[in-house]
Amino acid sequence: MSANLRWIVIAALALAPFSGMGNYPLHLLIMCLLWGFAYTGWAIMGRLGLVSLGHGAFFGIGAYVVVMAWNHWGLSPWLGLPLALAVAALVAFLIGYPCFRFKIVGHYFALVTLALSEVTRLIIVALRDQTGGSLGATPTTALQQADYSIWAMQFPSKVVWFYIVFGCWLLGLWIWTRVDRSMTRLALQAISQEEDAAASVGMSITRLKLGMTMISALVTCAGGVLYAQYQQYVNPETVSGIGISLQMVFGAIAGGMFVRFGPTVGAAFTLLLAEGLRLALGHDIHGLDTTLYGLMLVLFIIFMPKGILGAAQEAWLQRRAKPASAAAA
Amino acid sequence: MEIFDIFLLEAVINGLLLGGILALLALGLNLIFGVIDVVWICYAEMIMIGMYTVYYTHNVYGWPLWLAFLAAIAVVALMGVILHQFVIRPVLAAEPINQLLVTGGVLFFLQAAATLVFGVEFRNVGVRLPQLQLGEMYFSFSRLIAFLVALAGMIAVYLFLKRTFIGTAIRAISQDRAIMPLMGVNPNRIFLTTSALGGGLAGLAACLLVLQYDIHPAIGLTFGPITFMVCVLGGLGNMVGGFIAAFIFAQFISVGGFFLHSEWGYVLAFLFFIGVMFWRPQGILGGK
Repeated sequence: MSANLRWIVIAALALAPFSGMGNYPLHLLIMCLLWGFAYTGWAIMGRLGLVSLGHGAFFGIGAYVVVMAWNHWGLSPWLGLPLALAVAALVAFLIGYPCFRFKIVGHYFALVTLALSEVTRLIIVALRDQTGGSLGATPTTALQQADYSIWAMQFPSKVVWFYIVFGCWLLGLWIWTRVDRSMTRLALQAISQEEDAAASVGMSITRLKLGMTMISALVTCAGGVLYAQYQQYVNPETVSGIGISLQMVFGAIAGGMFVRFGPTVGAAFTLLLAEGLRLALGHDIHGLDTTLYGLMLVLFIIFMPKGILGAAQEAWLQRRAKPASAAAA
Repeated sequence: MEIFDIFLLEAVINGLLLGGILALLALGLNLIFGVIDVVWICYAEMIMIGMYTVYYTHNVYGWPLWLAFLAAIAVVALMGVILHQFVIRPVLAAEPINQLLVTGGVLFFLQAAATLVFGVEFRNVGVRLPQLQLGEMYFSFSRLIAFLVALAGMIAVYLFLKRTFIGTAIRAISQDRAIMPLMGVNPNRIFLTTSALGGGLAGLAACLLVLQYDIHPAIGLTFGPITFMVCVLGGLGNMVGGFIAAFIFAQFISVGGFFLHSEWGYVLAFLFFIGVMFWRPQGILGGK
């Protein structure tokens, strides 16, 4: 995407809450950016051939650690956030180090991480006395006296949430860009293509992969924290487990995991598709929206593996390249 | 203390019987992976479709149970062929991980389509099998059947692979995919046969599960993940390994669930799985 267009999009988003849009469109926008942030986190490692089906674990850790710390210990989510990040980093290390050390890649890596996301979900359900089990949990409200509470990270205003999420999303993109321009990214891309050859020229595969995995886990975990605080409700099925893990992977792939805005476009696309189908078809036909969604996912992976934005960028680059080569000839 | 041990023994034996079902679930998936090198993430959802087939043919259309079972096996086998021809085949040359993900898309699709067509209500075939009593211990008869059928299925697949021409071709192509077309074997035909066989085994599993579980669109998520773990633990594509791993897992679930809450049995099994992956990443007996 050209630099100008990029800044226009960001500026337009920054001013969006002043356009007089209603609460519902603003909510959708917040959710797009929130999921975009989490998907971007997944894509940081996903694009390097480290396809994790376990990011539901990190998202769930983020969501549950802050809510549980607040409900049981009265710990402010601002302090719960670093705690959640520390837990996610620890888990990422514990799963990542042996995986990379013993060269667990491809299908095996995907299935090991899938087990991780299931373990997280099951532990949340099993600790039902503390977490509320499958019924989910709500952070204890701090809004009896005040309209908002900074200490409890509870803001009823969607505009406030928009700017918090928008800020995090920009941070996520910045991290993505830093990684994209680093030597590490080039090294890992080489590793993803030929691991032994990369090791033979002196790359420390384990350390590089582990670094990426931890960055990716931290971003996704922060996404979970935002989700829990914005929605004011967490549920093991919607924040962890295989469903949410696959949703992240598909969102990132649908948008295009090799381009900066790809995961966000994927998040917007999947969210708007689901909402649009729901509005158009109503609640009566239960399951039709997800049926079409699943069908489109299959078609995407078969016919457009680079995703919407990836394919668009390729087409655009080709069109620009053609006149230039014609002129040269 | 005496009575306690009897309950523990009951848990162990029930775990053994549960292992039979898990082994059957893993068998089809391992076969597919061993030959086509693709993991059907949607495998458990195909079993769900098989269970609905039994329910509709038997309870709604009044077919006899054995015919309903045959119908379920045929339907899921056909689904396997369709899945391979229209979903897997187009991405066979693409990045390996795309093959994993495309079947994940099928998972969403099947689950949602089942909700759309069959509704979210829990259905039950209503076949009640007696409980077996041995001393003071009780066992599920349907689990015993499942255990025996899993053993028989395992032996049948083994004989098919060893004794028939097409079975030999399947084993050959799983060893060297590039050379077989040169030997005059049509790989796509082999793949389709394997897919049908894997689907048929999923259909068989559906027939056994339908005797024990209520049917609903999300039932696949109950045993999908555990099936993958069993396959990976045994070494992906290694059928004997999968068989052994199924029994190890079942013991964790059954005995772990006996001492703690049933979810903790699963948690322990998964943690054990993650632990083993670090000790022997290629599975307990080694995979491809």
